[in-house]
Amino acid sequence: MEHLIRLAVVMAIALTAFMILRAAVVPRSFGQYGYYRGLALAEIASRPIAFAGHVNCETCHSDVVALKNEGKHAGVNCEACHGALAKHAEDPGTLQPPKLDTAVLCVRCHEVNGARPRDFPQIVAKEHSTGLPCETCHQPHSPVIGAGAKP
Amino acid sequence: MKITRRQLLILLPAAAVAWDAVLAGTPEASPNYTLTEHWWGMLVDISKCIGCGNCVRACVTENDVPEGYFRTWIERYHVSDYDLVNPVVDSPDGGKDGFPPILEPGGKNFFVPKMCNHCADSPCTQVCPVGATFITPDGVVLVDKKYCIGCRYCIQACPYGCRFLNPKTQTAEKCTLCYHRITKGLTTACCEACPTGARQLADLKNPSDPIHAFLRTHNVQVLKPYMATGAKLFYNDLDGSVR
Repeated sequence: MEHLIRLAVVMAIALTAFMILRAAVVPRSFGQYGYYRGLALAEIASRPIAFAGHVNCETCHSDVVALKNEGKHAGVNCEACHGALAKHAEDPGTLQPPKLDTAVLCVRCHEVNGARPRDFPQIVAKEHSTGLPCETCHQPHSPVIGAGAKP
Repeated sequence: MKITRRQLLILLPAAAVAWDAVLAGTPEASPNYTLTEHWWGMLVDISKCIGCGNCVRACVTENDVPEGYFRTWIERYHVSDYDLVNPVVDSPDGGKDGFPPILEPGGKNFFVPKMCNHCADSPCTQVCPVGATFITPDGVVLVDKKYCIGCRYCIQACPYGCRFLNPKTQTAEKCTLCYHRITKGLTTACCEACPTGARQLADLKNPSDPIHAFLRTHNVQVLKPYMATGAKLFYNDLDGSVR
């Protein structure tokens, strides 16, 4: 009989040790939502943002937004051309957005490419502008010629 | 002070309970976001994509994607007139810097933006041996890089080729559907940067989301439906040659 009790005690100690080790190693949030660490969600969600989002732009630049909304570029978000500007939105004073080069920017979308939708306005830049910068004729925020008043 | 055996037997479980609370930590508060109220997906409108590469660049900026790897990328399809099953696909640098002019004459050409399909029944999460990748209660497939052991099973399992091993961290990486943005009420970086609205973030649990009307009125498909992945990346106007 005694040898059985001894064995039971050894088993109990081993089981306790296992449970303690398991509790120490497995994160507490594991299994909170499923077979994974629940805190991972909050960790991934805590990453800082780079794009401010157009709602943020509109709070200060309502004049530009109004001009843009009247033109062909109404559906184009500010940061589609101006780039990620969450830092500027946070602190408009110190971080100024870089000046854009229309020679690079406009052709990204509007240089002719056979795979682009047929109804999308496309040009062959070399023939179209003969080297002149796009904003000579087109106001980027409202690009139809004569549509936008100020650049 | 002398502790009797009886006192010790009471104290030990009490200490265990206290230690338990310490390990649990303080869960981070996300006051305005309820996981169970959302079910995220995305709509890609092929007929609007102009292949400008804005989404690819925006993703790299937003998520620090390592050079040469992509969480989202654009493919250009060239389908010759009578050969639907063998399209010619190119994607120079993921379409990050746009596309050169098409050289093959004839046929049809179009762009297909690709990224994680955030499958409801994703093969990648099912093969993970350590529980490092999972689908969240709001329908986003994520990787816990603290738990990932870099075994690459998930990379092999993804039928859409949307995962890669980050060369720096040696952990699996993929599109998070900008989880850090959508939980704050913002759209994803790729949708924010898309100039034509070819990409639209969709909350399938939100009855007022325009996705529902769109799905009812358009010919929308998912990629590889026969794999029963429950893909939530919906393509409008998708050509049959795309895989």
